[in-house]
Amino acid sequence: MTRRAGVFVCHCGTNIAATVDVKNVVSELARDDGVVFSKDYVYMCSDPGQQSVIDAIKENRLDSVVISCCSPNLHEKTFREASSVGGLNPFQCEIANIREQCAWVHKDRAKATEKAIKITRSAVRRSLRDESLTPIGVPVTRKVMVVGGGIAGIQCSLDLANAGFDVVLVEKKATIGGHMLQLSETFPTLDCSQCILSPKMVEVSKHPKITLMVQSEVKSVSGFVGNFKAKVHTKAQYVDPEKCKICDDCAVVCPVVATNEYDEGLTGRRAIHIPFAQAIPASYTLDEDACLGLNPVVCGKCKKACEAGAIDYDKKPTTTEIDVGAIVVATGFDLYGKDKLGEYGHGRYPDVLDGLQFERLCSASGPTGGHVLRPSDQKEPKNVVFIQCSGSRDPENHCAYCSKICCMYTAKHATLYKHHVPDGNAYVFYIDIRSGGKGYEEFVQRSMERDSVMYLRGRVSKVYESKGKLKVMGVDTISGRNIEIDADMVVLAQAMVPSKGTAEIAKTLKIGRDKDGFLAEAHPKLRPVESVTGGIFLTGAAQSPKDIPETVCQASAAAAKVIQLLSKPELEHNPAIARVRESHCTGCEMCVDACPFEAITLVNGKAHVNEVLCEGCGTCSGTCVRAAIDVKNVTQLQVFEMISACMGG
Amino acid sequence: MSEVLETPVQAKKEAQEFEPKIVAFLCKWCSSAGSDLAGVSRLQYPPNAVPIQVMCSGSVSPLYILSAFNKGADGVLVSGCHPGDCHYLKGNFFARRRIYLVQKLLKFIGLEPDRFRMSWVSAAEGTKYAQVVADFVKDIKALGPQRKLKARN
Repeated sequence: MTRRAGVFVCHCGTNIAATVDVKNVVSELARDDGVVFSKDYVYMCSDPGQQSVIDAIKENRLDSVVISCCSPNLHEKTFREASSVGGLNPFQCEIANIREQCAWVHKDRAKATEKAIKITRSAVRRSLRDESLTPIGVPVTRKVMVVGGGIAGIQCSLDLANAGFDVVLVEKKATIGGHMLQLSETFPTLDCSQCILSPKMVEVSKHPKITLMVQSEVKSVSGFVGNFKAKVHTKAQYVDPEKCKICDDCAVVCPVVATNEYDEGLTGRRAIHIPFAQAIPASYTLDEDACLGLNPVVCGKCKKACEAGAIDYDKKPTTTEIDVGAIVVATGFDLYGKDKLGEYGHGRYPDVLDGLQFERLCSASGPTGGHVLRPSDQKEPKNVVFIQCSGSRDPENHCAYCSKICCMYTAKHATLYKHHVPDGNAYVFYIDIRSGGKGYEEFVQRSMERDSVMYLRGRVSKVYESKGKLKVMGVDTISGRNIEIDADMVVLAQAMVPSKGTAEIAKTLKIGRDKDGFLAEAHPKLRPVESVTGGIFLTGAAQSPKDIPETVCQASAAAAKVIQLLSKPELEHNPAIARVRESHCTGCEMCVDACPFEAITLVNGKAHVNEVLCEGCGTCSGTCVRAAIDVKNVTQLQVFEMISACMGG
Repeated sequence: MSEVLETPVQAKKEAQEFEPKIVAFLCKWCSSAGSDLAGVSRLQYPPNAVPIQVMCSGSVSPLYILSAFNKGADGVLVSGCHPGDCHYLKGNFFARRRIYLVQKLLKFIGLEPDRFRMSWVSAAEGTKYAQVVADFVKDIKALGPQRKLKARN
């Protein structure tokens, strides 16, 4: 039976039409074998555009449809759905990408038109051999793993759990809370960060649907959307959180002092410690790297001191296997390396602080009880210089991107400083102020006008010590003068970079990262919380620098996407999978070895494809020397036809 | 395709106006997305390479490459995810193994092995894709039209 194809060429306003002669494409294709209908339209993806596809299918009894328009990543789904409404099997609708791969990258109208015809013809030839396919139903595991317990992971877990899904929240550190826990106040409202975060943390710990795994990392993930198998490695839990009474007796007797990460190194803590007073889980934890050896002969003081008997040195690390239907990655950010900002003396001078250290100095739970004091001599600093864009917006030396939140938190830092030390001077060096957001601009203005923060537009070239003072050399580009300030303290607004484990988790989950190392979303505008891998979602600062409201927003968005995915009892698995022509198969097992998903086995001497495991990548068909295995709707025959079309044949 | 008996004059003229015909097999996840990014970034590159999107560079059979030459391609490009970053875990390793095989075969047949090229272009590398195509077109122009495997009818 001869097939009946319809071709629809989109102008995309002038995006395509400016470079490609759309009418010519339509008239050329109209002459092709099998094409019984063709038309062009200014916006095929618009409602009337889609309707014309639906009508044409019905009126002309089309059994394949080609839309020549933008990338299939954008509208393949749209047009397949429209085709479906028209009564066509959605897998018989193909997209020819003549925008991103043609109109936008060429200027020569004649040549671009010729290429657009080839691309469209290639899609037509393919579609003429497209079979009608039915998605394969796969049962889903209605459980979600959230990786990272900062505000993004917390919000996402709560949203999912409140929607009735089981959640496993995996956190690397001993407490959830992330960087938000370290902040003193939040812009632009100056409400206390812990006051708004702690209740959420408690809610996580009390929620019957949430299983919290701290000191844990995801080691491997196999499976596919709806049915992942994750292996989670948990460090030895020497202190039993169920038994720990948080009495501090253990820490009092512990002889080891280590750096306190929570205070960003401004204070010390014992080897056995509670990460911070309201930690969740509410328990002390034993830092095995700092401990004298988990050995009662060597020390064992804490175990002796613990009346509750919560400490056990013999605990071993564990690996848990978890079945989940979806994974949300919320691994957050780190500050750009101190070691990389040598010109500002960070790490060399104790009074050059990073943003998080300054947060700790301002915080009531911090090392100074909320008084801004110099780390070097515990005196109140009278001149404080804040340097914005430390490591941001500097493509030659550091990060090219804008870290987005530093303008705001520097304004907050300067304001807080002035509230703590009203007679002090706060100077801010900036490139320009980026304060887009509700109440943000007003906040910055207030810091200048009401709190008399001195803003200097220019960069700092160097910070060095001279006679007990930090000399800040900079330039004010508005007055055109060089500026030298004798500072008591310097605070750097460092760039946000993806947290240390981001590269590793991206590799484990097989999700992409962008050029700056942040996790890559499936589409920058339309799919901001999805990764390219089905069932894996992104949220928070691991995806791009962002502030708390935006993070919360994105976390809820990711939760909504997961709910959408897991709300159906069955998932639709792509039916465009491999198929064996048994008459040609010799049972050589080349495809069995090639298959990345172990979807092919030998049954009665012939290759057999497991239709749920097969992802349709076609590595088997590229490997088979007898062309005995093919992927449906991308068969070898179809590809040969496409090649012919591309060659003008 | 009709058979053309070339005279020296025709051959010279053809060389002067030679616009290579190139097929570019792009994997859906990295290189096709990379070429989309080139488009979104409005990077300009020569229109000679006509893209065919495949699921994975690992699915590109040597037969596809030979078929393209047979149908008149002057060059064939296969582009996939960077080794280690394959969306299908290891498909591109199979593609990588085939480069050597195909190039050896082309050499054996008497065709310049450089007419077949493999590149690794990630979804973030729009600039690289544009560059890969521009370089390939330039190199194929230098090699001239491919006649060895082209079917004469």
